[in-house]
Amino acid sequence: MGLREQDIDSILDVYPAKVKRNRKKHILLRDTALETQEIEANARTIPGIISNRGCAFAGCKGVVLGPLKDFVHIVHGPIGCAYYTWGTRRNKARIEDPKQYFLNYCFSTDMQESDIVFGGEKKLAGMIDEVVETFHPNAIAVTATCPVGLIGDDIQAVAREAEKRHGVPVMAFNCEGYRGVSQSAGHHIANNGLMEHVIGRGDLEEPPTRFAVNMLGEYNIGGDSWEIERVLRDIGYEVIAVMTGGGSFETLKNAHVANLNLVQCHRSINYIADMLEKKYGTPWLKINFIGINNTIQSLRNMAVYFGDAKLQERTEEVIAREMSRVEPVLEQYRKICQGKTAFCFVGGSRGHNYQGIFAELGVETILAGYEFAHRDDYEGRAIIPQIKINADNQNIPELTVEPDKKRFRMKVSPEKMAELQEKIPLCEYKGMIVEMQSSSLIVDDLNHFETEAFIERLKPDIFCSGIKDKYVAHKMGVPSKQLHSYDYSGPYYGFKGAVKFAQDITMGFVSPTWNYITPPWKNKPLLKGDVQKEEVQNVGLYTKRT
Amino acid sequence: MLDSTPKELKERRFGVINPAKTCQPLGAMYAALGLHRCLPHSHGSQGCCSYHRMHLTRHFRDPIMASTSSFTEGSSIFGGAANLKTAIRNVFEIYNPDIVAIHTTCLSETIGDDLPSFLGTIDIPAGKRIIHANTPSYAGSHITGFSSMTRAMVDYFAEASLPEKKEQVNVLPGFVNPGDMREIKRIVRTMGLEPILFPDTAGVVDAPMTGQFSMYPEGGARVEKIIDAGNSRYTLALGLFASSDPAMLLERKCGVEEILLKTPIGIKATDNLLMALRFGFLREISPELAEERGQLVDIMTDTHFHFHGKKVALFGDPDIVSALTEFLLSLGMQPVHVLTGTPGKAFENEVGTMLEEAGIRGRVKAGGDLFEFHQWIKNEPVDLLIGNTYGKYIARAEDIPFVRMGFPNLDRSVHSYLPVVGYKGAMRIIEMVSNALLDRVDRDALDEDFELVM
Repeated sequence: MGLREQDIDSILDVYPAKVKRNRKKHILLRDTALETQEIEANARTIPGIISNRGCAFAGCKGVVLGPLKDFVHIVHGPIGCAYYTWGTRRNKARIEDPKQYFLNYCFSTDMQESDIVFGGEKKLAGMIDEVVETFHPNAIAVTATCPVGLIGDDIQAVAREAEKRHGVPVMAFNCEGYRGVSQSAGHHIANNGLMEHVIGRGDLEEPPTRFAVNMLGEYNIGGDSWEIERVLRDIGYEVIAVMTGGGSFETLKNAHVANLNLVQCHRSINYIADMLEKKYGTPWLKINFIGINNTIQSLRNMAVYFGDAKLQERTEEVIAREMSRVEPVLEQYRKICQGKTAFCFVGGSRGHNYQGIFAELGVETILAGYEFAHRDDYEGRAIIPQIKINADNQNIPELTVEPDKKRFRMKVSPEKMAELQEKIPLCEYKGMIVEMQSSSLIVDDLNHFETEAFIERLKPDIFCSGIKDKYVAHKMGVPSKQLHSYDYSGPYYGFKGAVKFAQDITMGFVSPTWNYITPPWKNKPLLKGDVQKEEVQNVGLYTKRT
Repeated sequence: MLDSTPKELKERRFGVINPAKTCQPLGAMYAALGLHRCLPHSHGSQGCCSYHRMHLTRHFRDPIMASTSSFTEGSSIFGGAANLKTAIRNVFEIYNPDIVAIHTTCLSETIGDDLPSFLGTIDIPAGKRIIHANTPSYAGSHITGFSSMTRAMVDYFAEASLPEKKEQVNVLPGFVNPGDMREIKRIVRTMGLEPILFPDTAGVVDAPMTGQFSMYPEGGARVEKIIDAGNSRYTLALGLFASSDPAMLLERKCGVEEILLKTPIGIKATDNLLMALRFGFLREISPELAEERGQLVDIMTDTHFHFHGKKVALFGDPDIVSALTEFLLSLGMQPVHVLTGTPGKAFENEVGTMLEEAGIRGRVKAGGDLFEFHQWIKNEPVDLLIGNTYGKYIARAEDIPFVRMGFPNLDRSVHSYLPVVGYKGAMRIIEMVSNALLDRVDRDALDEDFELVM
């Protein structure tokens, strides 16, 4: 069980020396005896390596902006990038106003060769005009694909002009695919834009209730956010805005009034969390609503933050009620899952966030990693000052925010903050590594070769990743679960979600379909019989003596 | 559903809303997968490669392997030569393909990366090959990209090495499923000929489950065969948009005569395929295929009242849609809205002529989008919608029976294994169409009208 350093070294021997040196820094054998362990992350993908990573456009339009339902998202570029982000990510949204719901639409300037040669600004401006006339959206987001930056289209200027012309918020995002080293650059670009153009644009000055929160880094895949909101409302919270699953311009613009920001996916939204603290004095709390224990802990931490006896009491009531419903159901799945092992390679937060629910089901995570995270997602935020600026990450502009003169309210005094930080992860995230068991593997930007090699060596019972490597695992006879799209199931968050997850994972284990991989004739001789007898006649499966 | 789509048709001059096409590199990647032991390589930002792999994987539910040059901002400024060189070295060393098929992206095309000159400086390991196709995303569609990569196969491989042409036939199947490619090969073999079919994704993207992952499954067209394609008597180019260009190059380069046919969807297009083989190689139609045709006609006549006169809206890739229009007409159906996202007047002429000859006043458009297509349907409602998965929004909005056909099919399975080409494929289409129409009749029937036998 488990690999040693020299095993990893010999697995990587397939690589050319330079690649091997590079990749070794991204692979870590967990040793709990060590106080800190370092891993390389957010670095360039080596050309030629079959990585799961996407680009800045995917992170900006695909992940952070795309779910905002009352925006028309115009993708400025050739057709592909708009097409691939059309309805493919399962970020669900309720339709409050059918005329302000555009998630089933796909808008592209469909740049042609002449636009590349002569520039595409006029086409973009023209499309914005037509979109406003036909759709009257609450807001328009323009996202750039690779050629836009290269030919020098000034989409910021086009957006500004259009906003003036129409009186509709129009914002542009320079998230060309070549920026940064992965989706991560795009998250940052989207965070900056939402902070600059949307949050704080509303008129609300005070929250409707004291217990007003925002949910950040929650994309409502398969309805995750709805399950969490159900529980939060029941306890007495008011969710002002969700960023961005099911979110909208209408809700985000008043996000500044919340008294606490909950951060689910640290990687994709920590910039906004940070900026909201600086600009409006609202702290953020790292929560994790995946798995029963994590959900309960997160709810209790929220109650600690608000320090209200009634809220705490109600929190416990709701927890008790939900537990009495889900615990007996989970037990039957636990019996099947107990003792199994998993790989958990996802995104920039789920690689960590899903380990808790696996543990609750008795499944050990023996390999985990992120596709596009930074060192702080592995090692904790304390490492941030030590992260070196390099040619790739310096190009994403940092947005500097100042305390808002009118709206800054220090929600928690520095003394109270220090006291709370002793108890709860307020404005703090400790990362994945500390929670992993000794001799488990942590792999950053796991690539195809390593996926295959580690599955072969460690033989996990389930492989959790995305669509591109899902069927690689299947072909090897290993069940897989997409933890990006949930294989079109879900929700997986919160109490009800934990049951759904347990049910789906168990289904992967018990499906009789795996039993048919080896055909009945494999390793069976064609002729069978007792050679000592005189005549043996072969009749199909049975041998009959005459 | 799609509540912001107005009925009123207004001219839009800029951009596309709800596309019926995607970009060239996806088609090039799919074509490259149709070479045995080939790794497609995307020369651009890694996001492109990721999107294409995701989309193809969702359609085929099988691993789609491809590598990328992983451009950074630096490579976008200084050119992608260094990235390509590193990539190729790593690919051969780590993933060991026999062939690397490079396609470009809008990024590398915009900065003007010159692949042939880059390739001149790259050491290719002995016995290995590299081919390339230029596939700028800002022109044409995924079908153009498929065609360009198929053309590259001809360009790099095909050779006329013999003084006389052989009694063999090249078949360019176009952008169809592996199930269709298998069926086309079966048909040609049943006629007593061994086809050189390329690209051939059968056995690559529909590889069997064996408990072992193989990066390069058994399927795919063999390079030696494509080299020998230069010695064939004819090339059957199935589909004007996907196959004619490479077939023309094969004719120019190697003197192999091109026979341009429709994708063999439906009875007429399959008849024409068989007639081409019959005349080209002086072979009688095999009794097996004659029997299949007879069965098909039997079904068509016996069940014509299930579909006759129904109005249909169909969209998708140009070769598929054109052939399907022809088949719907032979069933007595009325294709009144016909659209492809791929640009090309030839599509409008071809489909327009068919409709005119059938006396149907319909709308036909190439380079159109599904927003406009939906508006057409609002203005002239139909009984049936046929198209790829994206049609489901319109089908729901307008409550129309919907048959999924073409690429991509992201929400139903098994489709890539079962053919829609040939006589057998035509039977399958009739089954799908009839079932969709009859399920609707059943759904809408009052209890007293609910029939057992239909």
